[in-house]
Amino acid sequence: MSNHAGFILAAYGVSFIALAILIGWIFVDQRTQRQALQELELRGVRRRSEAKTDGAS
Amino acid sequence: MSETVSKTARWIDWANPTRFMTFAAAFLPWLGGLTTLVLAVGFWMSMQAPDDYQQGATVKIMFIHVPFAWLSMMCYTIMTLAALGTLVWRHPLADVSAKAAAPIGAVFTALALVTGSLWGKPMWGTWWVWDARLTSVFVLFLMYLGIIALTRAIDDPAKSAKATAILTLVGFINIPIIKFSVDWWNTLHQPASVLRMGGSTIDPSLLWPLLVMAIGFTLLFFTLHMQAMRNEIWRRRVVAMRRVAARSAERRTVQ
Repeated sequence: MSNHAGFILAAYGVSFIALAILIGWIFVDQRTQRQALQELELRGVRRRSEAKTDGAS
Repeated sequence: MSETVSKTARWIDWANPTRFMTFAAAFLPWLGGLTTLVLAVGFWMSMQAPDDYQQGATVKIMFIHVPFAWLSMMCYTIMTLAALGTLVWRHPLADVSAKAAAPIGAVFTALALVTGSLWGKPMWGTWWVWDARLTSVFVLFLMYLGIIALTRAIDDPAKSAKATAILTLVGFINIPIIKFSVDWWNTLHQPASVLRMGGSTIDPSLLWPLLVMAIGFTLLFFTLHMQAMRNEIWRRRVVAMRRVAARSAERRTVQ
């Protein structure tokens, strides 16, 4: 590595952090929506289209 | 004629949200695994790559900067196709796809700008110049932010879909400007060196890590996009079900 190591590490570091936040946000969103769906299903709420389809995931 | 109609009907039947959810659930673990593998190999190849005779070790920044810049444009192109899907065919998945892609595209565009700046300081002697390539990519970043704001400003997806699709289509004019800005104007940014007439100008020892990293990040984009689309479909189902629950509760109180 040359004397530019700081710039290279900063570029990889920022990219890693930003992508980790993006991936984390998508995972948290997934959990939130899944829990909300499960809670509604437990309460017996059904979508209008669900009677016609083969049980949406 | 009837055959064409039935073919179209079959295609639309296949691409409904429920089928998409089944497909995504089966496909995502494999896609995620492949992404991790390709990115790990790409990262290892990048670390092994020799220094450039002019850029020195900073060429390593190119292995992430170029894929980010490429994805910032690919993501917007996918959103433009989705916008056509919304406006022309009114396909229910088209708006879901556009809405899910926008934040991912914004992150990749921001990273292209930041990594480019971190390369520019040691190589050009400046963090930033308002030249054609850098400015047009900055405008792309602002477009993403505008689209994200618009998709979230209107609660009803049916209403926000059309407005977002029109804004996305208008903004697509920026993509060829970004691509050809380095040829049309005098800029600090170098012209195309990977995809160009007469072949790449990059030495294979640097080109291979770049290509593997580009494939890895493209796979990462598709993994995240598919998962974000799945989240968006769930979100819309939750909203629809809450509405049904509220209506039936209302009916009960009236009776």
